[in-house]
Amino acid sequence: MISFTVNGKPHSVDVPGDTPLLWVLRDHLRLTGTKFGCGESFCGACTVHIDGKPAKSCSVEVGKVAGKSVTTIEGIAGPVIEALRAAWSELDVPQCGYCHSGQLMRAADLLAHNPRPDDEQIDAAMNGNLCRCATYQRIRDGIHAAARRLGA
Amino acid sequence: MNHDPSRRAFIKAGAALGAGLTLGFHLTAARAAKLAIPTPAGEAFAPNAFIRIAPDGTVTVLVKHLEMGQGVQTGLPALVAEELEVPWQDIRVEAAPADASLYNNLLWGPMQGTGGSTAMANSYEQLRRAGATAREMLKAAAAQAWQVDQAGLKADAGAILNPATGQRLSYGQLADAAALMAVPKQVELKSAKDFKVIGKGFKRTDTRAKSDGSAQFGLDLHLDGMLTAVVARPQRFGDTLDKFDAGKALAMPGVKAVFAIPAGVAVVAADTWSAIKGREALKADWAAGPAAGLSSAAIFASYRDLAKQPGAVARNDGDAAKALAGSAQRIAAEFEVPYLAHAPMEPLNCVVQVQADGCDIWTGDQFQTMDQNNAAKVLGIAPDKVRIHTLFAGGSFGRRANAQSDYIVEAVAIAKHMGVPVKTVWTREDDIHGGYYRPCYLHALEAGLDADGRPMAWQHRIVGQSITAGTPFEAGMVKNGVDNTSVEGAANLPYAIPNLRVDLQSPKLPVPVLWWRSVGSTHTAFATEVFIDELAHAAGADPVAFRRGLLKDHPRHLAVLDLAVDKANWGKPLPPGWGRGVAVHESFNSYVAEVAEVSVQPNGEFKVERVVCAVDCGLAVTPDVVKAQMEGGIGFGLSAALHSAVTLEDGRAEQSNFDDYRILRMKEMPRIEVHIVASDAPPTGVGEPGVPPIAPAVANALFAVTGKRLRKLPLGSRVS
Repeated sequence: MISFTVNGKPHSVDVPGDTPLLWVLRDHLRLTGTKFGCGESFCGACTVHIDGKPAKSCSVEVGKVAGKSVTTIEGIAGPVIEALRAAWSELDVPQCGYCHSGQLMRAADLLAHNPRPDDEQIDAAMNGNLCRCATYQRIRDGIHAAARRLGA
Repeated sequence: MNHDPSRRAFIKAGAALGAGLTLGFHLTAARAAKLAIPTPAGEAFAPNAFIRIAPDGTVTVLVKHLEMGQGVQTGLPALVAEELEVPWQDIRVEAAPADASLYNNLLWGPMQGTGGSTAMANSYEQLRRAGATAREMLKAAAAQAWQVDQAGLKADAGAILNPATGQRLSYGQLADAAALMAVPKQVELKSAKDFKVIGKGFKRTDTRAKSDGSAQFGLDLHLDGMLTAVVARPQRFGDTLDKFDAGKALAMPGVKAVFAIPAGVAVVAADTWSAIKGREALKADWAAGPAAGLSSAAIFASYRDLAKQPGAVARNDGDAAKALAGSAQRIAAEFEVPYLAHAPMEPLNCVVQVQADGCDIWTGDQFQTMDQNNAAKVLGIAPDKVRIHTLFAGGSFGRRANAQSDYIVEAVAIAKHMGVPVKTVWTREDDIHGGYYRPCYLHALEAGLDADGRPMAWQHRIVGQSITAGTPFEAGMVKNGVDNTSVEGAANLPYAIPNLRVDLQSPKLPVPVLWWRSVGSTHTAFATEVFIDELAHAAGADPVAFRRGLLKDHPRHLAVLDLAVDKANWGKPLPPGWGRGVAVHESFNSYVAEVAEVSVQPNGEFKVERVVCAVDCGLAVTPDVVKAQMEGGIGFGLSAALHSAVTLEDGRAEQSNFDDYRILRMKEMPRIEVHIVASDAPPTGVGEPGVPPIAPAVANALFAVTGKRLRKLPLGSRVS
């Protein structure tokens, strides 16, 4: 049994330790907001926070998460994610929306460490998160809008 | 039970006429499944195609098109909200079930499906009429309740109002009675000047769910007792299963079953990772098929040979050969574009449950009717016993509109074998290796200018696989040997050139191909819009002025071109190393011009800095969605312009994931401005038309800076 915390709740799963965290979240804990896009950490759709740091859950073995605290799109809370969600709604950022759990988890980490990022800093932070619909311009604008909301 | 034959007849007649217009008020799911007819008075049930009004006043709009990001679950409900006079925030949206008798695509005949940027063009009148009809029935119910003349009543913010008395009855209060009113034969639609929703700044209906993880895509569905399957498919196109040894796969934890299906070998497990690990342990041998030895290099070599021979004629004005021979200056060029995978962020998947009374399928489905038919064939049941529950698709771009229903029939075969609900999951590698690519094409063009630099002759030969050959679409799409999807955007070249010939060679290859966002225009726009730039250069003319001179009879092309170059400050100097390029193209009856600005470093590395886009899609029902589709279409087109290619070696795709099948990343996204041409023409599509102009606009901009003509996609990120 591997025990860890997800969104503040303790969980124990009986799976091989090399199972990717992504599939434990999705198939075992039914937290399907975290998405499968590539399985090789190329796309960032599976981004979660582990002990507060962003991680691509497709490439993290669940055995390595024992005793740690995982936050997913379903559990992330606080003013930063609320500002991002408000900005996402204001600008209607998503199209198909599939990558946006990962985009938001990554953006929340950026704003937590850099409350007023410029375009270049946004691009650098977000470059590992692919969007096939290419909503990148609105992601960029959305992060700026969220930063303004947080500064207000 | 009080069956109402007139209403039933209305549904049938409507469907038969292609109007498909029915509407009703609320009904329980159980009754709806059992009856498509109203039940006794007092329960207020009614048949329902597009609109439901609940007793609490909630208005639900059923959307028959797949929401894959293009905003149909926003734009189509807006049409109902407008005519029904319902505040936007009170509208709820549901995906319609699969039933071509109610939900056929009016532009395609008796088939339900999404594609060709048709959703808004199809629905603009249909859903407004549905909303207006509901509004008039609600008025009739109120008139009866108040014993007044219906003509004096007004629909207002989810209620019927009697202006004379100030009385109001909400739609929820009226729903029961309204369901019993006669369906009006004719209704008046609102005039555009009275629009409160259409063309205004309302928000998407799906943003919140797509921001908190609650939006349900096919891959997210879980059913009790469900197992998960992956399929080992041949890595080389056309290979067949020779033999397999299930032993090691079955010994893996969680693996429940391993068996052959037509697509390959299914590995079924308790969960996705167990299925993936089980497949890794599977030993399967494949017998070489017709693609053995096939390479992209060999394909293009054979295409160059084919381009020397005349093909099936798609257009033949005047005498291009003679005019070429007599021209003052001849210019020839060849263009190449590779196979492309759709690579939506959500890999393909499908949930199927086969039961005694039929089959249920849950997936992001672009082609419901075709998928019902193909699934039914696997099971030996009637197509109407295949119930499709359409979920959000995490992109599709045409991949889920497949006449073979490949990702669905394999899931049905597995679920039939297992007898429990099964979800199939494709890995990214399965997706990139899986075929159904945008075909690779070779374009050979030659043109002749007269002594004044005017183009007198244009000869365009296209070589590439037909998308519709061998599918049920062939009959409608292929005329005199010409698949329209291969030549669209080229055969209808808008430029006034008196001698113009376009012909087509459609070689057959064992590589499955499919439409890919903007279909033929993905490559015809690149070839024609770069080549016209070459002619402008040869004529010593400005690329915009040259195009303008040839577009006099095409005012909508001209208008978007003028708007884009005006907003882009065409002609205004740029910093050293920067340049502009332009392209204008019509696809799916929408007109788009794009001006790309690029910067090129001394070492040849370049960046697309800015794109100014002008679009004429008729009346823009949802202006912000139109803008989003142009932004996204440009970004999607840039992926293909700069990076994406599937190349074959020995019949296998050489790419497998986003490291080698590259798509655009955040750092590469230019600043995009979108300008919409004001129009009261009927709305046309926006999902696809933003894509075609960007590759030629960028190639033309790079020429403007470097003097190098780039005629092969992808361009990469450096001009060498």
